[in-house]
Amino acid sequence: MATLDSKIPSGPLADKWRKHKTEIKLVNPSNKRKYEVIVVGAGLAGASAASTLADLGYKVKNFVFHDSPRRAHSIAAQGGINAAKNYQNDGDSVHRLFYDTLKGGDYRAREANVHRLAEVSVNIIDQCAALGVPFAREYGGLLANRSFGGAQVSRTFYARGQTGQQLLLGAYSSLSRTVGAGLVDLHTHSEMLDLVVVNGHAKGIIVRNLITGEISRHSADAVILATGGYGNVYNLSTYARGSNATAIMRAYRRGACLANPCYTQIHPTCIPVSGDYQSKLTLMSESLRNDGRVWAPKNPADRLKAPGEIAEQDRDYFLERLYPSFGNLCPRDVASRAAKRACDEGRGAGESGLGVYLDFADAIKRLGENGVRERYGNLFDIYHEITAESAYQTPMRIYPAVHYTMGGLWVDYNLMSNIPGLFVLGEANFSDHGSNRLGASALMQGLADGYFVIPYTIGDYLAGQKPGSRPSADAAEFKTAEDEIRGVTTRFLASKGKEPVSHFHKRLGKLMWEYCGMARTKQGLETALQKIPALREEFQTNVKVPGSGDTLNQSLEQAGRVADFIDLGELLARDALAREESCGGHFREEHQHPDGECKRDDDQFSHVAAWEYQGEGRAPVRNVEALNYEFVKMSVRNYK
Amino acid sequence: MVAEHSSKNFGITLRVWRQAGPTQPGRFVDYQSQDLNPNMSFLEMLDVVNDELTRKGEEPIAFAHDCREGICGTCACTINGKPHGPGKGVATCQVYMRAFRDGDVVTVEPFRAAAFPVIKDLVIDRSAFDRIQQAGGFITARAGSAPEANALPVPKPDADLAMDAAVCIGCGACVAACKNASAMLFVAAKVSHLGLMPQGQAERDRRVLAMVGVMDAEGFGNCTNQYECSAACPKLISHDFIARMNRDYFTASLRAAVKPASSGASGGA
Ligand code: FES
Repeated sequence: MATLDSKIPSGPLADKWRKHKTEIKLVNPSNKRKYEVIVVGAGLAGASAASTLADLGYKVKNFVFHDSPRRAHSIAAQGGINAAKNYQNDGDSVHRLFYDTLKGGDYRAREANVHRLAEVSVNIIDQCAALGVPFAREYGGLLANRSFGGAQVSRTFYARGQTGQQLLLGAYSSLSRTVGAGLVDLHTHSEMLDLVVVNGHAKGIIVRNLITGEISRHSADAVILATGGYGNVYNLSTYARGSNATAIMRAYRRGACLANPCYTQIHPTCIPVSGDYQSKLTLMSESLRNDGRVWAPKNPADRLKAPGEIAEQDRDYFLERLYPSFGNLCPRDVASRAAKRACDEGRGAGESGLGVYLDFADAIKRLGENGVRERYGNLFDIYHEITAESAYQTPMRIYPAVHYTMGGLWVDYNLMSNIPGLFVLGEANFSDHGSNRLGASALMQGLADGYFVIPYTIGDYLAGQKPGSRPSADAAEFKTAEDEIRGVTTRFLASKGKEPVSHFHKRLGKLMWEYCGMARTKQGLETALQKIPALREEFQTNVKVPGSGDTLNQSLEQAGRVADFIDLGELLARDALAREESCGGHFREEHQHPDGECKRDDDQFSHVAAWEYQGEGRAPVRNVEALNYEFVKMSVRNYK
Repeated sequence: MVAEHSSKNFGITLRVWRQAGPTQPGRFVDYQSQDLNPNMSFLEMLDVVNDELTRKGEEPIAFAHDCREGICGTCACTINGKPHGPGKGVATCQVYMRAFRDGDVVTVEPFRAAAFPVIKDLVIDRSAFDRIQQAGGFITARAGSAPEANALPVPKPDADLAMDAAVCIGCGACVAACKNASAMLFVAAKVSHLGLMPQGQAERDRRVLAMVGVMDAEGFGNCTNQYECSAACPKLISHDFIARMNRDYFTASLRAAVKPASSGASGGA
C-alpha cells in the first residue's frame, strides 16, 4: 500500500508556506544546470513551470502533443482569474479567498494547499501584468474586476471573454523566450506514452512523435506532468477534442495514486446535443441566469412543440417552483440536476429530449431588446452561430455538460506524487478544489502551481539527488517501457475489428453520462462497473485502426487515448460507488437533504480517496488520506 | 424554432486534398457525404466521413483540430478557396453545414503557403510562427521579479487596443489568404499588442527587428497592402496594425544604427 504523507508544514495556517519556503532544501545555482527536468504539457501550468524552471537554471525539456505550445485548452477559459488583491476595497483578503475556495469545494480539500493558493494569487496578477497580459482596465488605468459565483467580493480579473487565452499566451511568451534562448528544449507533436520509474523514482518518459511515429526515450532527474483534466471520459464535454488522460493513466499504471476521480464538475448552461455526430459541447456563460428564466413544458406531449406555442400555464418554471428563494440563480449543481430530472420525466425540449428553455422574454420586456443585447450580445451571437436561432425571438435551449474535473493524480504539499520525482500540476492533480471548483479558480491554480509553487518545491527533491546520477536512457527500465509501447501500437494496427475508435468513445461517454453523470446511484454505478469491462473487451477485439505506425495516424492516437479513458471510467465509477455521500460535484441520490442539496458524511468521508493500481485485471486499492480541519469549521454549504 | 425540425437532411460532394506525406505528391479525391444535418459543424461532417472510410478499411482524412470553439487556432482548412471557409470572423471549426446546399461540390484543402509545408492531407506545419515568437514575441519578466500590478497604470484605450491585437489565435489564415503568403498581420498583432503596453517598451525596438528578421528568413512574402489577411482572420484583426508595425520597424532601425557606447555587460562593483 502506498504511503500518503501530505507533508503539510506545521505551524499557523498563514505561516505554513512562508516557513516551508525558508526550510526546504535549495539547489546551488551552479548545480542547477546539471539537473534535467521534463515537463509534459504546455497549458497554463506546464508553460509557466517550464519557463520558470529554465529561468532558474535547470535544463528543461518540454513535450506537447499539439503542433505548438500555444494551443492547450487553458486557452478556452472565458471568465477570469481570482486574486485576493482587494483593489475594490470591498473587504477581500487572502483569508476570504481561502475560505470561499474551501467552502466552494464542499470541505474536501486540504486547508494548507488552499491557503497557499490564495496567498500566491496576488503574485500571479503581478506576474501576468508584467508579461503584458492586456487585462481589462478602468478609465484611470488601474486593473478592473468583476464578481463571480460563490463570492461576495469583486476579485476576478479578466481580459474580455478571453482571459484563459490571454493568460496562456502570456505563459507561452515566456516559454518562447526560454526556448529561443536555448534554455528549454521544446518537442511539439510529442505524446508521452509512458512514465519510466527507476529504483522507485520517476526518471523519464517514453514519447511518440505524432508526425513520424518515432518512439523515443528521455531520461531526467524529475518529471512534471501538467496534462490537464479527464472530462473527455464522457466523450461529450466542453473540453477540446484532444484533451486526454493518457499521461496520468500511464503514471497511474506505474504506481502513482489517482485521487478522487469521481469529483467531476457539470456546468448547467451549455448548448445541448443536437445529434449523434456531435463532437463538442459549448458553454454559455452562467451569467445568463441573472436574467433568463428556466422552464420545461409541463406535459411531455408538448415537448416537440415550438416554445411559442406552449401557453404560459403549460410551462413549468421548475427552478422558481422548486427553489423559490433562489429561483434561477440556485447553485450550478442544483440547477443541473433539476434540468436533468425534468428531462428524465419526458419533458425535455427538442428531438433529443435533452434540453430545457432559458427564456429572455421577460427580460426583453423589462430591459428592451437593446438592454439585453448590451448585457449578453456576444453570448447570443455564439448561440446563433451554433444553432442558427435568435434567442431574442425564441428561448435558448440549454443542457448541462461536463467541463472540469477536480480529481487527478495524488500529490503532497510539494505537488509531488507518491512516486518520488514525479510532480503533477494544474488540473492534472487533485489538490486544491476539493469536490467542486469555483468559477475563475482554475486559471489561478494552474499558474500558482507553475510560477510560484513548483520552482521552490522541486528543489527540495532535487537537492537530495546527486547531480549526474540520473539513469541513462539505455537503462533496462527504459527499454522495457519502450517495448511495451511498441507492443500496444502493433496490436492496435493489427486488430481485425470493424468499428472506428470514435464508436467506442461515444459508447463509453453515453454510459458514463447515464450512470456516473450528474446524479449517481449505487445501482447505476454497479451497472457501469459491469458494462465498462464488457466495452473494454469489445474495444480490444472490434476496433479498427487503419494506416501505419510511422506517419501521422490520428486513429492510432485516439485508440490509445480511448483505451485509457475506458480504464479511467471504470475507476471513476468505483470511486463514486465507494463514496457513500454527496459532496460538491459528486451527487449520490441516496444522500441528499430534503431540498435536494448534497448531504455530506464528514464522519465517514472527510478524506481523500487515492486509488492504487494493482496490475491488469486486479481491483485497485483505495488508500485514504484523512482531511484534518484545524482552522475552519466544516459546515453545511449553504448559498441561500 | 429549432432548426432540426425545419430542415431536411442533404448531401454534398466533398473534394478533399489527400497527400500521404510532406514529400509525396497530393491530389484531390472526391467523397460523397450524405445524410448531412444542417446543424452539424463542418468538422463533424469530416468526422462522419472519416468513420465511414475507416469502416471501409481506408485511411481517414487527416485534419487538425482541437478546441472546436474558435480559440485554439489549430483548425486550418481552406474551404472552396477561402481560408476557414464561408462566413466572416470564424475559424474552420465554427463553420456549420447549413452554409452549404444539397448537391454542392465543396473543396477542402490545407492552408497553402511555402512557409507552411503540408504534413499530411489537410495538416500543415506552422512551426515558423513559433520561431517568430521565440525571436522576440515576449516581455522578459522572470517569475518573482514582477512589481505590484497597479504600480503601472495602463491607459484604458491602450489596453483595449492591445487586446484587439492580442486576440490572434495563431492559425495562419492571414498567410493563406495573402497572395504573397505574407505573415505581416500575425507579426504585427504581436508587435502591436506588446508595443502598446508600457511594460513592453524596454524591448520594443529589439522585438520588432528580431521578429521581422525571422519572419523574412522563414520565407514569408512581402505585404503589398491587399488586406485579404484581415478579411480572412477569424478574429477580424485590423490591418491597421501592419502600418503600426511598419512605423515601429522604421524607428527601431534608425535607432539601431546609433548604438550606445557601452552595450556590453559591465563588471560588478
Ligand atoms: S479547433 Fe480550435 S480554433 Fe478551430
